[in-house]
Amino acid sequence: MSLLLAIYAGAFALVSAAIAVTRPNAVHALLYLVVTLLALAVTFFALGAAFAAVLLIMIYAGAIVVLFVFVVMTLPISPESMTRERASLRGAWPVPLLLSVLIIAPFVFGEFGIAANTAAAPVSAQQVGRLLFGPWALAVELASLLLLAGLIGVRHIGRSDRTPRSRP
Amino acid sequence: MTGSDLIAMMILAAGLFAIGLFGVLARRGIMFQLVALEVALSGPALGFVAAGAYHADPQGQGMFILVLTLAAAEVAVGLALFLRIRRIAGSDDSDVISGMKG
Repeated sequence: MSLLLAIYAGAFALVSAAIAVTRPNAVHALLYLVVTLLALAVTFFALGAAFAAVLLIMIYAGAIVVLFVFVVMTLPISPESMTRERASLRGAWPVPLLLSVLIIAPFVFGEFGIAANTAAAPVSAQQVGRLLFGPWALAVELASLLLLAGLIGVRHIGRSDRTPRSRP
Repeated sequence: MTGSDLIAMMILAAGLFAIGLFGVLARRGIMFQLVALEVALSGPALGFVAAGAYHADPQGQGMFILVLTLAAAEVAVGLALFLRIRRIAGSDDSDVISGMKG
């Protein structure tokens, strides 16, 4: 039963993702992105990965989308920009579509060769924590280093240019 | 969860990645390309979680958390670059910065 739900919600995420990347209006694209992420969270729940689903809602659909919304608030959404987006998308879609179909084709038509039939047990948050802070502690440290590098990079990129840039 | 279920989830994950790739390639606005990049990153995340559920192994969700960290850092840097480019070039079209100088 739950696997049917997982496939249904995954197909829902696929459709709303296809809508999200083709909207000319940035706010509409963001709303469909949220729908995609929530449908993906339902898929994770159905797969027995409750911890990942909660993280997806909290961090992806919460923090990251709020970051997008803050930037969209500085964005002028005029009818001209929407017609420009629509026109540029109309001219540019065939080659990217071909490339995307080529990417997905091996997955659809290929032989996976999976014959084993194991029962999926839900993976608890405790097991994930044991993994992350045990054998994967180095990966967690690298992730924290990545976040620190991102923080410093954003601080450097986003600083205001009060001082004159041309120095001898 | 049978092997065919895993194949279905992998096809869905590849489809999400392909849609994100299509968005990155076909759109010109940097904002829309970042949204498409988020969609593209969620595809591998679904693949990791599905494989973890198939093998009843926590490593799938562990990789998902690392992908989440990557996505958060990428979005922060990408949006800061977007604001910076808009301030300098006065446009949100990624074609105007196709040539670098300096």
